[in-house]
Amino acid sequence: MAGTRATEDLRLVQISKEFETFTAVQPMDLTVPGGSFFALLGPSGCGKTTTLRMVAGLEAPTTGRIHIGAKDITATKAYQRNVNTVFQSYALFPHMTVLENVAFGLKRKGDSAAMTKARQTLDLVQLEQVATKKPAQLSGGMQQRVALARAIVNRPDVLLLDEPLGALDLKLRRQMQIELKRIQSEVGITFIHVTHDQEEAMTMADTIAVMNKGRIEQLGDPATLYEKPASTFVANFLGQSNLLRAQITGAAVDGVMPASTHDHDVWVAADRVPDGLRDVWIGVRPEKLRLGDAGRNQIKGQVTDASFTGVATQYLVAMPWGFELMVVQQNDGSPRAGVGENVTLSWDPGHEFVLDQSQAEDAGSGLVDG
Amino acid sequence: MADLAVAPPVAAPARGPSRPVRRRRRISWVPYLLLAPGLLWLVVFFVAPMLTTLSTSLQEGDVDNGYVLTGNPDVYWQALQAYWPQIVRSLMYAGIATLLSLALGYPLAYFIASRRGRSKNILLVLVIAPFFTSFLIRTMAWQSLLASDGGLVRKTLGGVGLGWVYDDFGHLLQLLHLSPNGEILYSPWAVVWGLTYNFLPFMILPLYTSLDRLDGRLLEAAGDLYATPRQTFRHVTWPLSLPGVVSGTLLTFIPAAGDYINSRLLGNTNTVMIGQVIDSQFLRVLDYPLAAALSFLLLALIVAMVFIYVRRAGTEELV
Ligand SMILES: Nc1ncnc2c1ncn2[C@@H]1O[C@H](COP(=O)(O)OP(=O)(O)OP(=O)(O)O)[C@@H](O)[C@H]1O
Ligand SMILES: [Mg+2]
Repeated sequence: MAGTRATEDLRLVQISKEFETFTAVQPMDLTVPGGSFFALLGPSGCGKTTTLRMVAGLEAPTTGRIHIGAKDITATKAYQRNVNTVFQSYALFPHMTVLENVAFGLKRKGDSAAMTKARQTLDLVQLEQVATKKPAQLSGGMQQRVALARAIVNRPDVLLLDEPLGALDLKLRRQMQIELKRIQSEVGITFIHVTHDQEEAMTMADTIAVMNKGRIEQLGDPATLYEKPASTFVANFLGQSNLLRAQITGAAVDGVMPASTHDHDVWVAADRVPDGLRDVWIGVRPEKLRLGDAGRNQIKGQVTDASFTGVATQYLVAMPWGFELMVVQQNDGSPRAGVGENVTLSWDPGHEFVLDQSQAEDAGSGLVDG
Repeated sequence: MADLAVAPPVAAPARGPSRPVRRRRRISWVPYLLLAPGLLWLVVFFVAPMLTTLSTSLQEGDVDNGYVLTGNPDVYWQALQAYWPQIVRSLMYAGIATLLSLALGYPLAYFIASRRGRSKNILLVLVIAPFFTSFLIRTMAWQSLLASDGGLVRKTLGGVGLGWVYDDFGHLLQLLHLSPNGEILYSPWAVVWGLTYNFLPFMILPLYTSLDRLDGRLLEAAGDLYATPRQTFRHVTWPLSLPGVVSGTLLTFIPAAGDYINSRLLGNTNTVMIGQVIDSQFLRVLDYPLAAALSFLLLALIVAMVFIYVRRAGTEELV
């Protein structure tokens, strides 16, 4: 049985789902390495739940195949798949005790040690003391852990988590994120975690797939997605971005290329510029911009807003052409600027990312550089 | 069975530190005030008649010379001795009719609960449609449906050359001792069938209510946790619909056990139910103490059975 077997990869091949008139998931290929913590991130309605339901067997794909390791499970029923789901609504059985809930799957599989294993798993999620209670007697966070225990006790090949933390308050949420991560590394099961909270995805996942309108926009580890987003959608969906309309004006010199944005000359790292691209967006994260002239690229502007957030101060700085850039400066003792003050913004080449200008810059947000 | 128990009026706990005692006093009257009309109704139309019946059963005498309250409970023993077969038969017929209603009603209620929008409402209206005519007329309709000469079923089947189905069914009933002479009408079978038909809506509606409330996501979760459709039904759907099953069976069994129309119109002299006996003792023989005693016996029996049943259902022994 489970436990000793190495976890296997989940492979989706050209999988898609159409409802009567609406394509919820465009044909997509996706491989989730066995044992990894994988996050599916995207805005509401982009097809995350639909994708999970197809993997769980609760929805039949319109096209494509689903494999776990060498096995093709596309045609199997939900109850035949070694895949378990932690539902967003938890879906705990209200007429059973917590322990019975957790033992449910093992009992259906005819495991004679169901109760013992269920108790052990309740230990793992630190709920042994409520084993005989009914789900309705537990707090939201406890119910969430019961739902998790009920799924992982079966040691599935893949565990699907559909925004399981959505209903929790911020503090409990952070706590559960850490706990989920701990449990995942303890049991070594493949986790596919659906969320529309980009911070949650980045703190927890080894690999993130960013979904938009039924397709995967980009797949990679959190740092790559953040530092080198492949599209304006990803750039705006993961964190904040300042996107400057610019043209590449020359060839690479010493690893940097000259560019011009609204008649200001700047340098960009040559390896960040896709081959042959001329009209580009130059993206700079707010924390990469500095007040002052320490960086090589410099633009003057005027502070229009400053908000103090504790560890940092967040500024809006209006450019000469009217566009406002967001700047986040650590409160490390350096002087703070006031509203109305004229400042120089600077950053170093290599701290930007460069995208094709033919993409809408406001995909995933509302900022527009005129 | 929390769903069936009458919740005691609970006063909302007073919030906040200021004047907690006075607030609680004031609020705790509200539930009783709201209950007052209902309680008054119960006293006038339930408790009072019960007490009258009880006192009637303890009277002695005869119609011509009048009855006087003597408090002699012997009549209960006599009633039991004389009419125990009718009592047992009533409980048995009602029990079978209840099980039949459950078997027919559960799939129907499940089907209706799984429909969406308009078709659901139409089906629900169809379930209660029989109530648009009176109980008596509906039962008499079964007389003309089932009759062997000139009955609609026999005629229709005969018209398409299937008359033998009707006859064979009669013979089958006779073989099973469910009909004295091979007749379908005026047989125990017809009585049970009539009871089932008449009380089926009382089974379907509570079943529908609890199945309609059933969260479809729980069924998905069961499937996700390796339960086959059959296991999902056994471990999730059925236990969660138990409140509906309990209310439905009670709403069917209780009136069916006391019914006297079906056994009179669809049965024969060997299918007499206790309701029929009470009816004729009260209205024809005019032996009021005996009739009252029988009423009380029936009531006590049903209450005892219901009590045991609900207790067992509450401890999940029925699952
Ligand atoms: N059964 C269905 N019939 C028709 N359309 C559906 C059905 N289920 C989902 N959809 C549509 O498919 C799209 C994707 O839905 P899905 O539930 O996968 O989104 P999601 O990414 O999980 O969103 P959220 O973050 O809000 O949960 C939505 O536009 C939704 O309206
Ligand atoms: Mg969803």
